Amino acid sequence: MNKRIEQVYALFAEAKQPLKFMEVCGTHTMAAFRSGLRSLLPERLSLISGPGCPVCVTANDSINKAIAIAGCPDTIVATFGDMIKVPGSTTSLERVRAQGGHVHVVYSPLDALDLARKNPDKRVVFLGVGFETTVPGVAWTIKNSAETGVANFSVLCMHKTMPAAMAALVSAGPIDINGFLCPGHVSVVIGSNAYAFLAEKHKVPCVVAGFEPMDMVGAIEMLLRQIVEGRSSVEIEYSRSVTPEGNLAAQRIIQEVFEPCDAMWRGVGRIPGSGLKIRREYAAFDAELIFSDIAIESDDENPACICGKILRGVKTPYDCALFARQCTPSEPVGACMVSSEGTCAAYYAYAKKRGA
Amino acid sequence: MCLAVPAKIVSIDGEKAIIDTEGIRREVVVSLIPDPKVGDHVIVHAGFAIQKWSEADVAEFNGLMDEMRSVEPGAPGHGPHE
Repeated sequence: MNKRIEQVYALFAEAKQPLKFMEVCGTHTMAAFRSGLRSLLPERLSLISGPGCPVCVTANDSINKAIAIAGCPDTIVATFGDMIKVPGSTTSLERVRAQGGHVHVVYSPLDALDLARKNPDKRVVFLGVGFETTVPGVAWTIKNSAETGVANFSVLCMHKTMPAAMAALVSAGPIDINGFLCPGHVSVVIGSNAYAFLAEKHKVPCVVAGFEPMDMVGAIEMLLRQIVEGRSSVEIEYSRSVTPEGNLAAQRIIQEVFEPCDAMWRGVGRIPGSGLKIRREYAAFDAELIFSDIAIESDDENPACICGKILRGVKTPYDCALFARQCTPSEPVGACMVSSEGTCAAYYAYAKKRGA
Repeated sequence: MCLAVPAKIVSIDGEKAIIDTEGIRREVVVSLIPDPKVGDHVIVHAGFAIQKWSEADVAEFNGLMDEMRSVEPGAPGHGPHE
């Protein structure tokens, strides 16, 4: 057996209790399934998936707003691919596109800005979805469009910040999380110091993990060591990318263009200070203001969908009556099934049946 | 989706650079990392370089890939669980 995995078994035996570690990054969720890591771990050491998939935590109301904008004349919605299948109250961006709506899938906000430059007679709206990893690029793009005089580009800002959500998870209860695998590339930007309050105030061990399966094993080993030694601190396994202070230039540009606001998280609710909105200086690029008077469908979610509880780590997809029946990747009901990084989509792809 | 594979800067023009990821080239913004240079290994997210890797970091990454290839899938453990 691999030495690191042997270490995990030895430390887990020493810990003498069942343990739950939460990863809050969709890429970690996928890496853990794809590599078979979950099947290599001790049976009573569980990895639970928190709200780490930005598409999955986007509130229904925001999706409805994006859909309404896509239906406006002379308007192009540019978005990362995962967003287009997300069901709003009655339709999705994909269906709007099939009916002739202008919805473009882009790889980067830079592509959306190019689209605006090439279509000066259209309003191009980029859907700003993502955590601190994505936000600096969107901030740069807004600033660049201001500096270069692109007047037909705007951003519908649905960005969220991770530490506030983790704080809400540990203070809301009832979930017993014995440790956090902190997200790799969010931490590149914000730095590991951002999690200090979790370890100090809430006494939850935190380790920033990289994305290779062996990074995750290493991070799990570090969490176990903290538990065995009876301490809680913030440590970095992903030291080839992450520093305690983070990327200062990226932090500066975020602060220059955005300011904190309250945000709605699907399934979790309103979390104070966990969202970002565009500062007044850049109001001309704020789609929220430009499209403030359009009609938006009311916020109806399927009552049987338990995405919210899954995002908080208190239920798994196996507990959901819709999972793999009415709700599948081709006909998703909830957001966790839509995004390829969603917990339900990962279970569907790699572990459709309990114990499979 | 976070892609944690290093790309190499092949040319720089102002705030932008051409990077090479296993043979695929594209333009990215490099002004969010300190002092970008041709030959630097960088981590890119949605068109923006967000971090530099040293040669030692790249070597560590390659070592982890090799280590994973040596693990027999499903050896110990008990299938996916909650």
